[in-house]
Amino acid sequence: MSGGSLWTVVLVAAVGCYLLKLAGLSVPAAWVEHPWVTRVVEFVPAALLAALVAVQAATSGPDLVVDGRLAGLAVAALALALRAPFIVVLVLAGASGALVHVLAG
Amino acid sequence: MRSRAVRLASLAAVSAARTATLRDAVGLGLAVGLYGVAFGAAADAAGLDVWQALVLSALMFTGASQFALVGVLGAGGSGPAAIGSALLLGTRNTVYGVRLAPLLAPRGVLRRAGAAHWVIDETTAMAVAAPDRELGRLAFWATGATIYVGWNLTTVLGALGASGLGGTAQAALDAVVPAAFLALLWPRLQRTFPEAAVQRRVAVGGAVVALLLTPAVPAGVQVVAAVVAVALAGRPRREEVVR
Repeated sequence: MSGGSLWTVVLVAAVGCYLLKLAGLSVPAAWVEHPWVTRVVEFVPAALLAALVAVQAATSGPDLVVDGRLAGLAVAALALALRAPFIVVLVLAGASGALVHVLAG
Repeated sequence: MRSRAVRLASLAAVSAARTATLRDAVGLGLAVGLYGVAFGAAADAAGLDVWQALVLSALMFTGASQFALVGVLGAGGSGPAAIGSALLLGTRNTVYGVRLAPLLAPRGVLRRAGAAHWVIDETTAMAVAAPDRELGRLAFWATGATIYVGWNLTTVLGALGASGLGGTAQAALDAVVPAAFLALLWPRLQRTFPEAAVQRRVAVGGAVVALLLTPAVPAGVQVVAAVVAVALAGRPRREEVVR
């Protein structure tokens, strides 16, 4: 993607996200507090974040791949289960990814 | 004399409550700052320059949407797919705004426009958890200010730190990005989170849909399409319908 269109994406998404925030403070509550709307909004993050975890850890372009990222993710899950602080989770994941990279040559 | 002592005691209690609120806000701001480093690094890994990373943190200022945007771009996704994923995650803040509107009651267009910018997960959680309305407002503004400053500073640190890394360090960074997403997702899957079992079902569904679609659709589209997994959540519960 060219620098100019990257800027367009950054600015359009930023303004869009701001308008979503402003809408919440501006529209009548009844518009948004419909049970179906709150239902969907409550679960969108889980679906999207999980999709991002999967895509970031196990794909490269159109291919499914297994590499150091998956090892890093497994170590991160273990660290999170053991209630490690965020920074520790990231360092351990990064170290695992680097280790696999070095071992795999 | 006695009434004065009572008044002083209640002033002291108010001041202690304010101090506690400010302390929590600053603590949260520092903790969130760490995510800023991860975001700056992820933005760099996705091909954004330091300025673009900083503009996202300063203007978009909602972590999950920012991560999603650079995540989709990093996976080679198109602009519309990246914008779509950021906006889908941003809808949360609309619901937060509705909850905060009576508490903040911003007077005038400018105040409302300013308050809206800081309507995010953390400020909402702190504001609605505060014992009364005045402390709720203080919690909102104090949390918003500390997170805003910390998030932008650490974004720059992360973006600068990640640029110019060698091959092994790049492999480390590649492994850090999915781990950061997992850390964002993790609290939603814990037993203490409302409807955790449903959250887990939706999360697994989202990951499966994204992986199945990966070979078939343009990069990034599978992330936005994974939102169909929300259907696994089923219909709203009865008491919510009544309310």
